[in-house]
Amino acid sequence: MAAGTGPLEHPAQQDYEQRLIQRIRDGEHEAFYELIRPYERRVYAAALALLRNDADAEDCAQEAVLKAFKNIRQFRSEARFSTWLIQIAINEARMRRRKQRTDLMEPIEQDERNESSYAPREFADWREIPSEALERKEVRERLAAALGSIGEIYREVFILRDMEQLSIDETAKALGISTASVKTRLLRARLMLRDLLAPGLGGSWSRNLSFAKGAKPW
Amino acid sequence: MVVNCEQVWSEISNYLDGEVDSELRAAIEEHVRGCQHCTAVLEGTRNVIQLYGDERMMEVPLGFSRRLHQRLESDLTPSRRSFLGWAVAAAASLLVAGGIEVARSSVFSRPSLRSEHARPSNRVLPDMMVIVADDGKTFHVAGCPFIHDKTRLRTIRAQEAEKEGYAPCVRCMKKYIDATASSRPSHDELRGENTHLG
Repeated sequence: MAAGTGPLEHPAQQDYEQRLIQRIRDGEHEAFYELIRPYERRVYAAALALLRNDADAEDCAQEAVLKAFKNIRQFRSEARFSTWLIQIAINEARMRRRKQRTDLMEPIEQDERNESSYAPREFADWREIPSEALERKEVRERLAAALGSIGEIYREVFILRDMEQLSIDETAKALGISTASVKTRLLRARLMLRDLLAPGLGGSWSRNLSFAKGAKPW
Repeated sequence: MVVNCEQVWSEISNYLDGEVDSELRAAIEEHVRGCQHCTAVLEGTRNVIQLYGDERMMEVPLGFSRRLHQRLESDLTPSRRSFLGWAVAAAASLLVAGGIEVARSSVFSRPSLRSEHARPSNRVLPDMMVIVADDGKTFHVAGCPFIHDKTRLRTIRAQEAEKEGYAPCVRCMKKYIDATASSRPSHDELRGENTHLG
């Protein structure tokens, strides 16, 4: 796995980043390219998680990176740079999303009262999808579609925790919700995705890209 | 302590995150051993986490990095210090940092190939996902038996691998390195091909 994309960056990486940050603060702006390079994908993914639109996500990611540069003096070394950067991207995306919502007059929060009562579906012949299947674009698209189909409050928690590899606490902080909410939403997101993906896993994926027959269980 | 299916489902996420105490952990494991449905739920959920946590799921539109750097350049460096100056600074920092993987080249330059025997490709699609080892000189299709160092593998785009100086493996990538083949399409022709997360 590439340095900087794992759940925890290596301590040497953090030291290195700290030195880069010092150089940027000292006026060597070019060092910023080096600092953000390992995290470009994550910034984009975080923006896309909330905005669900390529062009908006890209613009948002660019804006977030610029803001990170302009505010680099506010970065405190006890935090991970990656977390700080992702949080800027999330804040930027949330701001844009609120604006979109105001324009569209859509409800902001979704109902999560039934969170704890989710029962995972039973499948007769479940089989694991091996990681190698991710080489296939259609598999990645299928996974992306499943993620796109779950409720927004579940999707954003899932992306931050399971794709961006933020901790529960970091996820809670980034989204401005409690750790208890993160845990319940994460559980629900994982179970829903498992239900969405389970039916076709045994090899029917390449033939049939539609979701399982029958009503969705939530 | 004994738990039923509903209790297992409600704790499955915490269980996989290592956030349950040892007593509950043991009870869940005991239940799952004797329950086919819960085994499928547990394994399926683990599979979900593993798949979505894979770097390959985090795709960016083609040209994303280049456009980001262009925007940074225009916003951050009004004096437009030459790229060469920056490259020298970055190279120096690499020496200082020693051992940290930061050698991904800028969009502006193409470093020399890692091996003098390496042959650049002209047919590999820039978007294709390939495997590289940090110490290696070539990039591979996943599962290629000629990947030597399997300890620090990364999956990246062929475009990035080439920018880092990796050349295609002459075995698994054979069909892509035919020197007589026509050159690959330009970035502009390929732009717009991307994958959505949502």
